[in-house]
Amino acid sequence: MQTSHLPIRRLEFSPVLHLPLDQHIGKPAISVVTRGQEVLRGEVIAKADGFLSVPIHAPASGVIEAIELRPGIKGPKTTTIVLRPYPADGQVVMVDDPVDIDQLTHDEFIQRVQNCGLVGLGGAAFPSHAKLAVPKDHRIHTFIANGCECEPYLTTDHRVMLEYTDDLIRGTLMCMHAVGASLAIIGIEDNKLDAANAIRQRLPTDSPIRVQVLETKYPQGAEKMLVKSLLDIEIPTGKHSYEYGIVINNVGTITALGQLLPRGQGLIERVVTVAGPGVERPGNYIMPIGTPLKFLLEQAGSRVEHAEEIIMGGPMMGSAAASLDIAITKGTSGILIFNEAAIVAETRKIHACIRCGECLSVCPLNLNPSMLGLLARRRSFDEMAEKYHLDSCFECGCCTYVCPSNIPLVQYFRIAKAINREKRAA
Amino acid sequence: MKSIIELRTSPHIRKPHSVEKIMRNVVGALLPLCAFAVYAFGLSALALILVVTISCLLTEFIFSRLSGKGNTLGDWSAAITGLLLALTLPPGFPLWMGFVAGFIAIALGKALFGGLGLNVFNPALVGRAFVQVSFPAAATTWTPAFSVDRFSTFIPTTFTLPLMSPPDIALWTEKASVGLTHDAYSGATALAKMKFENVNTDSLDLFLGFHHGSLGETSAALIFVCGLYLIFRRMMDWRIPAAILSGAFVLTEALTLFGSTVPGSFMLFSGGLMLGAMFMATDMVGSPVTPVGIWLYGFLIALITVVIRLYGGQTEGVMYAILFANAAGPLIEELTQPRIFGAGSSVVDKNE
Repeated sequence: MQTSHLPIRRLEFSPVLHLPLDQHIGKPAISVVTRGQEVLRGEVIAKADGFLSVPIHAPASGVIEAIELRPGIKGPKTTTIVLRPYPADGQVVMVDDPVDIDQLTHDEFIQRVQNCGLVGLGGAAFPSHAKLAVPKDHRIHTFIANGCECEPYLTTDHRVMLEYTDDLIRGTLMCMHAVGASLAIIGIEDNKLDAANAIRQRLPTDSPIRVQVLETKYPQGAEKMLVKSLLDIEIPTGKHSYEYGIVINNVGTITALGQLLPRGQGLIERVVTVAGPGVERPGNYIMPIGTPLKFLLEQAGSRVEHAEEIIMGGPMMGSAAASLDIAITKGTSGILIFNEAAIVAETRKIHACIRCGECLSVCPLNLNPSMLGLLARRRSFDEMAEKYHLDSCFECGCCTYVCPSNIPLVQYFRIAKAINREKRAA
Repeated sequence: MKSIIELRTSPHIRKPHSVEKIMRNVVGALLPLCAFAVYAFGLSALALILVVTISCLLTEFIFSRLSGKGNTLGDWSAAITGLLLALTLPPGFPLWMGFVAGFIAIALGKALFGGLGLNVFNPALVGRAFVQVSFPAAATTWTPAFSVDRFSTFIPTTFTLPLMSPPDIALWTEKASVGLTHDAYSGATALAKMKFENVNTDSLDLFLGFHHGSLGETSAALIFVCGLYLIFRRMMDWRIPAAILSGAFVLTEALTLFGSTVPGSFMLFSGGLMLGAMFMATDMVGSPVTPVGIWLYGFLIALITVVIRLYGGQTEGVMYAILFANAAGPLIEELTQPRIFGAGSSVVDKNE
């Protein structure tokens, strides 16, 4: 069921919000509220712990009900601020002093981005200010706005580009300014031509921003693939894009930056695609960060019955939710609900590798997944890393998707990497 | 609300595509060849195809049970081996020898290596090679195609008792050849005629299948069409037949500059080259998976086939060429690992 044509709709406020402190990559935020404290929508409730960390803002005006351990998206329980919004409140957003962005120094700009609590909204949840803070000795020539939806089913970027076009353009110009790029390219897959046209119409002829349409082919939205498609540069494993004069950000993140930064507002809500065969009212919903999964599923009309699978993120790289008690975090771009029929089709017998070579032809990094899989079965994890570039694999899932023998290749690789990491640490 | 949710690792969607589906389609693509074999050679062909296939299935069944894998007949790979093996045998091949060939193909060619996916050699060719050396006379005794009473009588050698020599069928063959309008029967295949009598059979007859030989090798055209079907369903790697056929054609034509009188088209349409290129060499398990390796593998098969056919002691070389290339496969693959993304690109700053 397609959701790309469904406009972004606001979801009802959940009676309770769960805000884990470790929603982003880096050090978890530090709570600055106490139980029973009243907070305003937009107020900082947890501060950043160092540079690679971001603050968390209250997504609604209400009262802090608890600070406790709750199940997290990654599995283990994690410290979570539980906020109960006041139903009768006007929910006006509290903002910082608005500033003239052009008057800010580079360091001030980065600081203000961090104050927004902004992270990569495409799913990575990497602190955005850290991405824009390019090391001093590197010159950036191109800023790339990633408008390729990172996975099938997800349509948040598509809708954001269409509906918040001006914010996206403003955010792009701000990012260019921050990293010192003279050119920006918005890369969009050709199944979102309406979005590409919408942006083009809004750009003046002398704009340093260019829209480039690309083939729709997963994983086009992966940074390396996008840079290759747009600039024909291959960034090897272990290298950063800024070493090649490039900074990349997801269009959703850039749009949020364009909205939040001038107002001095924190990130308190996001757009989430809710889709899949197990949902009655699929769509692109904007909702407060911390909305519990259970509440979201009720609103979207999904009765969780026997043998359903709930995926946080996309179908190729997302993880299955282990509990309905988890909540939408800053990095949640989509929720997919697969019902029984959809699951049975996937649960097939695993055969031996027949060496059909399909996995090699789809691997975006030209790895040899067939050989890696064979070595994994033999537990030759060292050889996988040393001879067959295991560590380059970014787990896009293409090899597993095409495998006629139904071999869980990506899972083998994850295990191999984890074991290698342990060995190296020891 | 108590609910059960499934936990699985990503990716959560799969291409609707499976080993069974691929194998079923290969069987489907082989059936027209079997039908043509029965049409051309009659009852004996039908009996041989059935016996060899049943032998393969039975052997697979026994070994899969012994190895604790449960029943692996469902993956259809043993059926493919059976059909392919039968198609490489002469029409009058004694049934008991066919049974042995089937057993050897699966037992020695596949089960011994650990079953589907682990075999180094194409199992059907292992069975074929075994009977070639064990029963050389029977494996090279050819009978005429399209004999008049092929649907009412069996070829006398078909029912040879186990461990007995097949009866001499020279007389029967002479009788069976009476009234055949196409290329007069002379007891030798097109390849043997080329080699020993320096006579090149008309390529068009070879292409269409109006000559005799092994069960399923006679109609190059039909084999080609059945192979194309698999290629278009994306269940066969087109690069392998492309490499073999183009390699064999170019090499043969090139050799005519050095005194050879064999045209390239003859090379392509005679003997087992078409069947080998389309259905044997393309066995996924035995062929390399690296892009460059696939081409090398194909060219190697073409080279060995042409060399054996033109200069070797044997009339036919496809079987040995493929078995040799199967063995060389891991080495080829090792040498042709693809260039990984980003390898060789250096840090550059466009502004400098």
